[in-house]
Amino acid sequence: MNPIQSLGAGAISQVASIGRAGVMLFGAIFAIPRLKNVPLTLQQMFVVGVQSLLIIVVSGLFIGMVMALQGYTILVDYGAEGSLGPMVALSLLRELGPVVTALLFAGRAGSALTAEIGLMKATEQLSSLEMMAVDPLRRVVAPRFWAGFISMPMLALIFSSVGILGGHLVGVDWLGVDAGSYWSLMQSSVEFGSDIGNGIIKSLVFALVVTWIAIFRGYDCTPTSEGISKATTQTVVYSSLAVLGLDFILTALMFGIE
Amino acid sequence: MNKYKAELMVGVFVLLTIGALLLLALKVANQTMATQSDTYTLYAKFDNIGGLKERSAVKVGGVTIGRVNSISLDKKDYTPVVELSILNKYKEFPETSSVSILTSGLLGEQYVGFQPGFSFDGIANLQDGDYLQDTKSALVLEDLIGQFLFSRGKDEE
Repeated sequence: MNPIQSLGAGAISQVASIGRAGVMLFGAIFAIPRLKNVPLTLQQMFVVGVQSLLIIVVSGLFIGMVMALQGYTILVDYGAEGSLGPMVALSLLRELGPVVTALLFAGRAGSALTAEIGLMKATEQLSSLEMMAVDPLRRVVAPRFWAGFISMPMLALIFSSVGILGGHLVGVDWLGVDAGSYWSLMQSSVEFGSDIGNGIIKSLVFALVVTWIAIFRGYDCTPTSEGISKATTQTVVYSSLAVLGLDFILTALMFGIE
Repeated sequence: MNKYKAELMVGVFVLLTIGALLLLALKVANQTMATQSDTYTLYAKFDNIGGLKERSAVKVGGVTIGRVNSISLDKKDYTPVVELSILNKYKEFPETSSVSILTSGLLGEQYVGFQPGFSFDGIANLQDGDYLQDTKSALVLEDLIGQFLFSRGKDEE
């Protein structure tokens, strides 16, 4: 095959895989919802949401603490250490909360979803479900998708709150910034709709993309042990890149031009 | 048993999220202050508002009595009009009151300083929708430096 042919073949297979991803998402979301699947979604929320809480809380705490420490050393030169509160809160709510949560989620829960679904495919559990007239999209994929989509914004909110408390711990309790100015300047510069609301919208978009990539990579993997390991790596790489790229676009749309 | 535990933990997760959202809404964004019903509106025209922003504080002697609601440009004489939302519990200000744009600290944010005027016979209190007549603009540092240099140049001649 000459280089031009292989380039074309690569492009065609990429477009086809995007198409398969779209069909899979459509099948998983728009399948007639069944109440029977709610407990399954709950079970998956335990796996992807509750079990990610520890890493989210610990990283949120430390990121807030580090930002307070770094911000303090710079701001104190200008006598503006009161602005520590707005700095920590705005950077967490607008950027770090949604983005870091999405990256951690991709590594902690996304890779697990890919590996689980990939192994189900490799051991032909998905085919057996189909043999029993159970739609694997509805039974296996949809609960995992909804669980990820719901859990990640919740994790991002917890991340931001814990980060702000961590900033309070370092800035106010250890470095001696006035507690009143930490909170009151934060209150005067943080807007509920445009800062917290846009942060939630961001994390909803990231949740959709990361969960989608994770599930599709598992569902579409080559059913061998090598294929599963490749799919898991791809999940983490692709979703991290997608999150960072989308974050720039969303930030430009939300906060770029007044 | 295992299923029950999962449901319990997801419940804890949901409660944690609600707690986080409440913390962000009430403590960080301070949503409770100034619902539309318990404020009244005053207007003030300035020559220059400097770095005043929407939601900047309006203060009397350091006490916050309201917030800047919106900032727009008057279509006729092209001067900035600032709409102030003042809490209803601070209602009895006389018409001779004045406002100026001040800065908290050297690099701090700008806010509206409100000086209540003297009230004597024949002076009414400010009502909803009134314009404040006596306003002082923001201090623009560049203008100040320009004036200083100009006056020094004159002295040396």
